[in-house]
Amino acid sequence: MIIAEQKPLAEIAGYIENCKKVLFVGCGGCVTVCLSGGEKETEILASAMRIKRRLEGKPLETVTYTATRQCDPEYIDGLENMVKEADCVVSLACGVGPQYIAERYPDKYVVPAMNTTFVGGSKQHGVWEERCGLCGECILQKTGGICPIIRCSKSILNGPCGGSQYGKCEISKDLDCAWQLIYDRMVALGQLDRLKEVLPPKDWTKSRDGGPRKMTREDVMIG
Amino acid sequence: MPCTGTTDHRVLLRAFEDGADGVFVAGCMEGDCHFLKGNIRARKRVNAVKKLLDEIGLGGERLEMYNLSSAQGARFAQIVNEMTARIRELGPSPLNNAKEGGAA
Repeated sequence: MIIAEQKPLAEIAGYIENCKKVLFVGCGGCVTVCLSGGEKETEILASAMRIKRRLEGKPLETVTYTATRQCDPEYIDGLENMVKEADCVVSLACGVGPQYIAERYPDKYVVPAMNTTFVGGSKQHGVWEERCGLCGECILQKTGGICPIIRCSKSILNGPCGGSQYGKCEISKDLDCAWQLIYDRMVALGQLDRLKEVLPPKDWTKSRDGGPRKMTREDVMIG
Repeated sequence: MPCTGTTDHRVLLRAFEDGADGVFVAGCMEGDCHFLKGNIRARKRVNAVKKLLDEIGLGGERLEMYNLSSAQGARFAQIVNEMTARIRELGPSPLNNAKEGGAA
């Protein structure tokens, strides 16, 4: 899932300080799962902003709504009546949400409530960790299911480097060396020989280096 | 509520929005939760809301969590008195002074 965390309340309050009626839009997708921008968090943020504004003597009217997803135009269309009546829209989705709302409602001031941080999973309840670098060409089949792109601090394809000591990365004693993990995993799988293959330099044009990416599937297109 | 483990951030905030000068959450003794960790989780949420109240300027000291058993009537009275004294010292919630449309 995409992991995002809420911006500081003071920062969000600053963005909407001149607005009298604000629509707070949560997202039922990834940010609901990572407990940062779902229905509950949306209502908490709206309540916090109402209290803050009342204390400042500038009461704020809020409307809250949680879209099924903000990364699908059909769910953004459904906001029309609420958007129309608001001075501003605060999106609690990842960076996709505010962009889709701004695109659909070009005359409306749209504010992000979140900082989108990474793609990852739940390590435990309340702890999320990065697991995918969105590089565009997965090589997990060669590395025992452990991604050196995102889990190695240097993203090297033929590790470990000299900074690996006692299984830890030189940048932090709390961070496992991804290449140590890969080595241990390949030993456990009885496939250590596969690590003798030297991987060529990665084609980064399939990642962000090639510009914004787009995926098309004609077989599911309508019309 | 049947257990402080169901304490929701929104319920605490609503109490303040509706005019409470102070709020305290009374949970069972730590280690005595019928649902094992309900009161521990409640304390974490209360602490999160205290932090939020500090951030928005209402003041986290208006919210507190206490642990006591239902057999501790005297302790309950002591907590109520403690909390009442604290809130008296803090004064009424500034939200109650802030009239719609402008601060008093």
